[in-house]
Amino acid sequence: MKRVRALAAKELLHILRDRRSLAVAVLMPVVMVALYGAVIDMEMHDLPVAVLDQDHSDNSRELVRSLGAGGFIVETARLEQAAQVEPGFRRGAFMAALVIPRGYSRSVADGEPATVQVLVDGSDAATAAMAANYLQAVVQREARRIAAGSGGGAPAFTVRPRVWFNPELRSAHFVVPGLVALVLMMICAILTSIAIAREKETGTLEQILTTPIRPAEVIAGKVLPYVGLGALDAALILAIGRFAFHVPMNGSWFALAAYCLLFIVIALGAGLLISAKSPSLRVAMMAAVTVTMLPTMILSGFMFPVSSMPAPLQVLCRLLPATHFLVVLRGVMLRGVNWFPHETAILAVQAVVLLVLAIRSFRLRLE
Amino acid sequence: MSATSSTSTSVDGLAVHVRGLTRRFGDFTAVDGLDLDVREGEIFGFLGANGAGKTTAIRMLCGLLQPSSGSAMVAGVEVGRHARELKRRIGYMSQRFSLYDDLTVDENVEFFGGIYGLEGAPLRERSEELLPLLGLADRRRTQAGALPLGYKQRLALGCSLLHRPRVLFLDEPTGGVDPVARRRFWDLIYAQAAAGTTVFVTTHYMDEAEYCGRVSIMVQGKLVALDTPGGLKALTGGRDMQDVFLRLVEA
Amino acid sequence: MNDAIVLDGLFKGYGAVPAVRGLSLSVPAGTICGLIGPDGAGKTTAMRVLCGLLRADRGAARVLGHDCATAALEVKRHLGYMPQRFSLYPDLTVGENLRFFADLFDVPAAERKRRDAELMAFSRLEPFRGRRAGQLSGGMKQKLALSCTLIHTPAVLILDEPTTGVDPVSRREFWRILRELAGNGLALLVSTPYMDEAALCDDIVLMHAGRALAQGTPAAVAASFPRRLLEVTGADLIEAGRRLREASIVGLDVQRYGDCLHLVHDDQAQADAAARALAGTGAVLAPLAAGIEDVFVEMMSRADAEVAM
Repeated sequence: MKRVRALAAKELLHILRDRRSLAVAVLMPVVMVALYGAVIDMEMHDLPVAVLDQDHSDNSRELVRSLGAGGFIVETARLEQAAQVEPGFRRGAFMAALVIPRGYSRSVADGEPATVQVLVDGSDAATAAMAANYLQAVVQREARRIAAGSGGGAPAFTVRPRVWFNPELRSAHFVVPGLVALVLMMICAILTSIAIAREKETGTLEQILTTPIRPAEVIAGKVLPYVGLGALDAALILAIGRFAFHVPMNGSWFALAAYCLLFIVIALGAGLLISAKSPSLRVAMMAAVTVTMLPTMILSGFMFPVSSMPAPLQVLCRLLPATHFLVVLRGVMLRGVNWFPHETAILAVQAVVLLVLAIRSFRLRLE
Repeated sequence: MSATSSTSTSVDGLAVHVRGLTRRFGDFTAVDGLDLDVREGEIFGFLGANGAGKTTAIRMLCGLLQPSSGSAMVAGVEVGRHARELKRRIGYMSQRFSLYDDLTVDENVEFFGGIYGLEGAPLRERSEELLPLLGLADRRRTQAGALPLGYKQRLALGCSLLHRPRVLFLDEPTGGVDPVARRRFWDLIYAQAAAGTTVFVTTHYMDEAEYCGRVSIMVQGKLVALDTPGGLKALTGGRDMQDVFLRLVEA
Repeated sequence: MNDAIVLDGLFKGYGAVPAVRGLSLSVPAGTICGLIGPDGAGKTTAMRVLCGLLRADRGAARVLGHDCATAALEVKRHLGYMPQRFSLYPDLTVGENLRFFADLFDVPAAERKRRDAELMAFSRLEPFRGRRAGQLSGGMKQKLALSCTLIHTPAVLILDEPTTGVDPVSRREFWRILRELAGNGLALLVSTPYMDEAALCDDIVLMHAGRALAQGTPAAVAASFPRRLLEVTGADLIEAGRRLREASIVGLDVQRYGDCLHLVHDDQAQADAAARALAGTGAVLAPLAAGIEDVFVEMMSRADAEVAM
């Protein structure tokens, strides 16, 4: 125990005295959240949309009015005929067009499926998808309102959960949990991957190995200080998300903290495993970026939904701790669910396996 | 540019001409009013205790560090004013060889030649001349990392000689090699000096100090002695250079 | 054998490259054994086997009777090891480095404070307790590294080239400390590339290419020089060397040693021929007892000649 404490204290001194690395570890999450949040928020502001209202009814006018309500869409053009849509797209005058056909009001009143056409410029796929989703959501809401007001039949739309829990499709809500996962992976895995490899390179490890230390003590001593650093980063990101981007927090902070700690341990385990296996500092850093950061960014569902990936990749996604962590985070923050037995089990197993592997692969000899 | 004009102001026959050279780091004076003349073709031993300021002085003479005050002419160039021209005229080799372990002997030579603007026929000619002299002719395709230490040292020396420097700085060049390899290395140094190159060398092997024409000993930023090894022994009454060093540094 | 450090027929290679080829030595408590030889001779490998950092291919390594491979933990408790490269933390202060190693060795608090004070006094590092290790001079770094290896009061000390790159004054002080430690009953194994440090050891092993060229007390090793030796002084050595080369006397080896030449030869005829070649240069020839370096150079060239054949 004394040895673990000695190692942890020493490691903490390294962290505190290396001002530049410390600054990177603290500033990087702040900058990332600020940039991601700002960029994505801007993207969803003032999306140019054209409207072609062929119905000219109260209901259709109401639908058009409700478009601008969220502040995401600005109505840039009122079209007179369908032939104007394509030239508009080509000019880049608008990203999407909403066509309300003649008879819209009547079908809605009759409780029949209303056919509203949403045309989207697919050349910017990400924006297009968001625009389509948003327009669809607005139309559905309108339809429900009308149906409720007329006392008619049930609305003829199925509602998607994503829209339900993030009704304004605010990306910041969706992105901030992803950033927590990404930054924790980067900071924890990369910093600890350096931790042992650096001692190999400077020769200090050789000195430590001639003391009566055990591998588990080395790993524990190295993990502890970084748990603190990781927790600090997680708190920073969540605070910025909460106060600057108004990401909702519907679940319990305690559950959130517990899951973050679990994920931090996984990331540290991965970093230490890489560090113990790497012959040099350079290899360790490159391996850490390749094995932890890139998959977390691409495969975890942070940017691209897992469900839309090819099946073999989905298997890979399910192996990734960040995938499960994201499910949990979004669940706690957006949906207010605090307990995820399935994900908890997977994450706990991953944490234990990584730590055990790190301890096992740490050699007390130099060969 | 003005490098040629500074050449004309050089003191005749002196490869290194230093007056009042001083370097401060904050309150700490690492080199304190150094005066030093080294003749062309001389082998000059620059000795001192660890932390006495040798490295700082050599860095200034090689144009890597700006002096706080004083002046130094090396190979006819004012140090600190014409660093690029200075570097064309000097060679530098340290114990921490700057060789690339994953490049072969030839590739290292090509790289260092390239840095000094030497390529094609002139580079081939120069390496044909140097490599046999260094005993590396039959190892040209060996990666530097696979060479025995003695050979590595000779390769590093060769790389610092490619551009025919007028002054050669050697910073503890023989650390860790066996006595036979060390003597071979010194044979090479003698050959260079005989050909007119000035050699400025630091070492912790005191028997090597005997191989120098003149030796200076630095203590806490100042020169405490400068003479031939024989002169220093007469001055201090020391048996050998080890004895001389101990007497002067501990005085 | 009851000696504190024992190597018995040690073989150790890295893949197909042999590093140590049959090395035996033993160091009793209270003595200093010097492993003397250039880089690549196998000194570091032999020491790492003793510290349990490497496993021997063949042969035995024991410290205080404990096998270094099977009882590594027990060995480590009684052993202080100072690797060749400075291996303390440059961003930690002198005091913090010392404290860290005390904790790794589980030194009890009271014992640690006493030991800390002792080591600071003998290394004269007390004024620098708060200074970062990276900002110490070379000699002070070596003394701090030594202090860290002594914090748990080991019975055996293994030092890998502690004086390489250190100036003669610091080297002399360092050796004075080592002699004091031996006086306290420690067994020391010290490697060095400096031949002149042989005289400071009780026993020496001259190493080259993984083997011992010669071993024993420094006097015995020097006396084992198998040929005759003349010292040349009083002449211009470069001129004298040139003349001797031109005379091409068969069997005569000429080596420069500081301010004189050593003429290694086998009989009087060769000595006379050398004297004739140097006639008129003012050279004084005198018989000389061989030193450690003469033995090393001679044995090394014999060993290399054997390999070449």
